[in-house]
Amino acid sequence: MRTVTVVGASLAGLYAARALRAQGFDGRLVIVGDEPHRPYDRPPLSKDFLTGATTEADLALADAEEETELAAEWLLGTRARGLDARGRTLLLDDGRTVATDGIVLATGARARTLPGTEGLAGVHTLRTLDDARALRAALGGPARRVVVIGGGFIGAETASSCVGLGHEVTVVEAAPLPLVPQLGPEMAGFCASLHGRAGAALITGVGVAGLHGRAAVTAVELADGRVLPADVVVVGIGAVPRTGWLAGSTLLVNDGVLCDDGCATTLPQVVAVGDVARVGGVRHEHWTSATEQPAVAVRNLLAGRTVEHVRPAPYFWSDQYGARIQFAGRRRDGDTLRIVEGSLEEGSFLCRYERGGTTTALLAVDRPRPFTRARRELARQAAGPVPTA
Amino acid sequence: MIPVCRLEDLPAGESVRIDTSPPIAVFNADGALYAIDDTCSHQDASLSEGWLEGCLVECPLHAASFDIRTGEPTCLPARRPVRTHEVAVIDGVVHVRPAAQEGSAA
Repeated sequence: MRTVTVVGASLAGLYAARALRAQGFDGRLVIVGDEPHRPYDRPPLSKDFLTGATTEADLALADAEEETELAAEWLLGTRARGLDARGRTLLLDDGRTVATDGIVLATGARARTLPGTEGLAGVHTLRTLDDARALRAALGGPARRVVVIGGGFIGAETASSCVGLGHEVTVVEAAPLPLVPQLGPEMAGFCASLHGRAGAALITGVGVAGLHGRAAVTAVELADGRVLPADVVVVGIGAVPRTGWLAGSTLLVNDGVLCDDGCATTLPQVVAVGDVARVGGVRHEHWTSATEQPAVAVRNLLAGRTVEHVRPAPYFWSDQYGARIQFAGRRRDGDTLRIVEGSLEEGSFLCRYERGGTTTALLAVDRPRPFTRARRELARQAAGPVPTA
Repeated sequence: MIPVCRLEDLPAGESVRIDTSPPIAVFNADGALYAIDDTCSHQDASLSEGWLEGCLVECPLHAASFDIRTGEPTCLPARRPVRTHEVAVIDGVVHVRPAAQEGSAA
């Protein structure tokens, strides 16, 4: 391969570029990114960046020295508009084309928005640095009434940051309880209690009927008729993989680009990584997946076939209301829960999800050390039978 | 020098965090003592709560790894080193001499 193009210049795209060089690819490396920014880390956007504890410079994922080492052509502020049927030519939105021998798709996902709220001032999503800059500016002044729509991790972290900044915060969640699919009902209940303890209101089991306001939002109307006055609305209702631009290609797309267990798509010279990739039937929107998939994807891309599989060991974390939540593994409905250290009352614990005597997943709140130990055991267990002495 | 704890209270494989500014983590790596900045150079996490294996400590949040002898990161996502500090055992008590602060935090 003489030219490899990485489409997407965020975490997964950067890790793919690193993997290409680390695995000996010395040809032309093109990195296309629709945002004008160099790769940056998104997790702090809803936390320390929003509260002002972290600056934009701290978010940078690569420094000048590394960028020199990568020796890539960066096409930033440039959106990919299409891929030809054979996956050999990339069309950019400025009309340019890039002829390439290999492609790493890393276009990520976009924040889901509320239909009909485009152009209404005061309504925010939180996905990109520009989103975070705008929200930070909106939260910089005196206390405002903030309504966060969606009680998932982004919503909870944003609500936590807003409380920290002194704003009056209400979180609205359509489900009876947020985070149940991720954590199960018991632990989701614990996380939901964090809002109230910190002074944020949590309204569950009711959807949003619409937003009030002409030029700027003034209130959120709920499906049960309640009206919540609001100066700032943050919409945190999930993300949609960025695949629309692939419509003209022959790639299979269904909630992400369909890939085998090695991140290989239906075209042998195209692999996909990160939020946009549905690897082995599952799309992981996790920081850790975006950092782990690229090395495998690149190995398979350079080999021309799948020679290695991703071995996902799901892991994510969240910081909210001063609590550090860490989760690893695959929880299933019906798993039994066992708190092995600490307690819910203390607000600090390690919980094991178990099935048939084995641990399927782990959740820790402010217990990083035992969590790390248990997570390693879980990874070893997933890697295969442990030899007995 | 800052007294940390009695040597017998820091057995091999263990670590302790001292509340200096910035905080410092002291490790007992199979009998040898090392001290580094406690806060991971990648994001806010405490290295004293990390996973110690030989002379490498893995950050509990994102699995960045540091050589506790040199403070150098050994894998991503950390790219910047953490500072190292001098450790001494005086009359059975572990002491740390914090390195001089540089102009900017590492």
